Amino acid sequence: MGLRYLIGRIAVMVPVFLIVVTVVFAMIRFAPGGPFDTERQIPPDIMKNLNAKYHLDEPLWKQYFRYLNDLAHFDLGPSFKHSNRTVNEIIGDSLPVSAELGLISLVWALLIGITAGGLAALKPNTWSDYVPMSISILGICLPTFVIGPLLILVFGLWLRVLPVAGWNSWQDRILPSLTLGFAYAAYISRLMRGGLMEIRSQDYIRTARAKGLSEPKILVKHALRGGILPVVSFLGPALAGIITGALVTETIFNIPGLGRFFIESALNRDYTVVMGTALLYFTLIFVCNFLVDILYVFLDPRVKYE
Amino acid sequence: MSSDGISLYPPTPAPAPASAMVPSEDAMEEAGVSLWQDAFRRLFKNRLAMGGFFFLVFLTLVCILTPWIAPYSFDQQNLQYTLQPPSWTHWMGTDVLGRDLFTRVLYGGRISMLVGILASIVSVIVGVVYGSVSGFIGGRTDNLMMRFVDILYALPFIFLVIILMVYFGRNIFLLFIALGLTQWLTMARIVRGQVISLKHKEFVQAAESMGVPAHSIIFRHLIPNSLGPVIVYLTLTVPSVILDEAFLSFLGLGVQAPMASWGTLISNGVEAMEVAPWLLIFPATLLSLSLFSLNFLGDGLRDALDPKGARD
Amino acid sequence: MSAPILEVKDLKAHFHTRRGIVKAVDGISFQVQPGETLGIVGESGSGKSVCQMSYLGLIPQPPLRIAGGEALFKGTDLLKARPSTMRQLRGNRISMIFQEPMTSLNPYLRIGSQLIEPLVLHCQKSKKEAWKIASEALAAVGISDPEAAMRAYPHEFSGGMRQRVMIAMALTTKPDVLIADEPTTALDVTVQAQILEILKKLQAQTGMAVIFITHDLGVVAGIADRVLVMYAGRLFEEGTTEHVFYRSHHPYTQALLRSTPRIDVTQGSLPAIGGLPPDLSRLTGGCPFYERCGQHKDVCANQFPKVYWPEPNHRSYCHLEEAV
Repeated sequence: MGLRYLIGRIAVMVPVFLIVVTVVFAMIRFAPGGPFDTERQIPPDIMKNLNAKYHLDEPLWKQYFRYLNDLAHFDLGPSFKHSNRTVNEIIGDSLPVSAELGLISLVWALLIGITAGGLAALKPNTWSDYVPMSISILGICLPTFVIGPLLILVFGLWLRVLPVAGWNSWQDRILPSLTLGFAYAAYISRLMRGGLMEIRSQDYIRTARAKGLSEPKILVKHALRGGILPVVSFLGPALAGIITGALVTETIFNIPGLGRFFIESALNRDYTVVMGTALLYFTLIFVCNFLVDILYVFLDPRVKYE
Repeated sequence: MSSDGISLYPPTPAPAPASAMVPSEDAMEEAGVSLWQDAFRRLFKNRLAMGGFFFLVFLTLVCILTPWIAPYSFDQQNLQYTLQPPSWTHWMGTDVLGRDLFTRVLYGGRISMLVGILASIVSVIVGVVYGSVSGFIGGRTDNLMMRFVDILYALPFIFLVIILMVYFGRNIFLLFIALGLTQWLTMARIVRGQVISLKHKEFVQAAESMGVPAHSIIFRHLIPNSLGPVIVYLTLTVPSVILDEAFLSFLGLGVQAPMASWGTLISNGVEAMEVAPWLLIFPATLLSLSLFSLNFLGDGLRDALDPKGARD
Repeated sequence: MSAPILEVKDLKAHFHTRRGIVKAVDGISFQVQPGETLGIVGESGSGKSVCQMSYLGLIPQPPLRIAGGEALFKGTDLLKARPSTMRQLRGNRISMIFQEPMTSLNPYLRIGSQLIEPLVLHCQKSKKEAWKIASEALAAVGISDPEAAMRAYPHEFSGGMRQRVMIAMALTTKPDVLIADEPTTALDVTVQAQILEILKKLQAQTGMAVIFITHDLGVVAGIADRVLVMYAGRLFEEGTTEHVFYRSHHPYTQALLRSTPRIDVTQGSLPAIGGLPPDLSRLTGGCPFYERCGQHKDVCANQFPKVYWPEPNHRSYCHLEEAV
């Protein structure tokens, strides 16, 4: 059953996760050019925080387990640049914003992508196929930092219908989420169309026709179940892409999200924030990929992994 | 444009079977050279791919000749003429420090292309070696090595690159090595697929029975014969890397000032968008055209080499 | 004789492709009486499947184009019917099952879910009622534990079992005609016999007509009342099983019969029919069997033969008849 596969996946992910965590620990503690590099001049109040947190005089293995323990309690340590803030605080303030942005973008991507792909597959090689597929090339080739400014130019500056910065009213949500979601809508529409076209030539669709079912009914009941699988598989990479794209989107639209703070911390060399945020992102992606796998097993009854 | 609609540059981890990229070895042996000629003929008929190809050739020429073509030097400031719209003296206008945009776009193109090509070479080297070794050894080791690749596939490498930039500074060499390392995974998968299908061919078994050492077989027989799909995937790696570099530069984490790649220029353009939209439009258009061209060309190559051949 | 339930007159169905017009079906006429089994025999490419699927509307119309003829089902010409009318007939009054049981069921849906569709759609049954009828249908085709089968997925079944499911699915609505397109070709011989038994039994129970398409003469002999022999989109011979098997008048049918292995007679080598079937996009208008026929005359190259009736209810299309 698919259960064995899922357990197998967990069994592989745990050691990998541990390796990642260990590498993060090693980088924070030891990497040349890192925070504890002896050549670095660390302001005394930060040094005090770090010592209190990391117990730098203890033997190494003890520091490591202390670190693991902290992580298990979701404690990512103090900021390296701001002596009065912890990484957790910074994340806690900005994560909800990014989460909201990411979610709305994903919803756009799925709505637009699945609909466009479905319509294209319903009447292939006609206008309802060519137009969405041509537009999707834009989404696939153009990066977020080109699409975003483009949308700002058109809707914000020339047409003046939508706000272009900030995160206060609901209108503020529109352009950023469209920008972020557009690329993924493009991929999803192609995957949906491809999946449906592939299914269309299958024998069991012929059977459904021979039973007298109408085309829309065939599409929704018979073709969609199989055709949507490529889209489901794509959700994992889509999430990773949305997280990455949010870095740019939050910068362009001046949104106080985790991505923007991550970039600021990178530019400021706030090592603990950078590593902590990266660790959080990696964990999120791991978990979501796992959830997508569960979803896939649920949708495809034939999946039986060795 | 391909008729199945999904072959245009997806970032998904679904491993494209290597055998779908290149006509089967047997078919090639039978038909002699004509299968490649046939592929090229199909490629030439693809107008989008050809258009992309010519644009890239033109762009490459211009970038190589930049030091002779550029009317100004890229950091030459002229504070009398800041934020000027395009004119005869400044074809693309000037930026906030009075620097000629056209020149900066040309130099930016050089950097973007340089990083793109060098990073791709890094990814090819790492990917080809890893993939061919894994495929050749086979068995448990191969399984393990590929599982490792599978896990890495999910992680957005950009974060790794950013972390490296934070720790080690923004050295351009480090940049393209790091970028190259974000792309080797797919290359490794493809080469491994090719190697596995080649491994069982007679000429490999003959070499083995003659006592040729493994590394020699890998480097002198297996790798040269796997080059077909490698080249095709290279055309998809290059735009990916150029995009990543532009992404980093846009955020301020890529090439250092005063050097500027297209990403940096676009970032500057966004800041000045309301008063000087040309600062955004020119570099953004050029980046977009380059990406389109690379993608169309790569897609055209893949279609041309597709053994499923003529589609009515 | 009572009125035929299905009457096809001079059906022509052509594929318009870039390489030319492929005349897959070029003037086929036949009738099916209620309750009878019509066997259609022919090589691959003879047009036997396309013929049936074309008038049912199961082949997309480009690239297919119906170039002429009529297909009367209970008096209604299916070729002129609206798509919605056809959808009401398909799976309801005329059912069809296909050759590849392994791929003919939707792998993502449970068997029960697929089985009840015709009942819910055509017979206005509620899901509960349909589920019960469908379970009984599964039992009727010899599936033990129908309840479990209803909840199972297709990949849990073998080819033979899936074909039984297909048969059950085709018969829940008690159609007037069942078209079986090579239903046993992909199955192995013992399973084949079981499937044929099931079909015969169900036909006896429901009184429906069966059109059985196959290339296997042995199967046809066992199951059909009347036989149609097709070649290259044309009809060569038609008659009762006895007519066609024992008193065949057509060189092609005779050649087919000679090349069939027999258990009761010791044979040397099997006489195969030399040559290949013609390219259906380059037909000349003469007899398509001309080049492979050992007894052809000059006129065969240019003119397709007229019909000849050696006996009542037995027709053949061959120029050789005229000499007699």
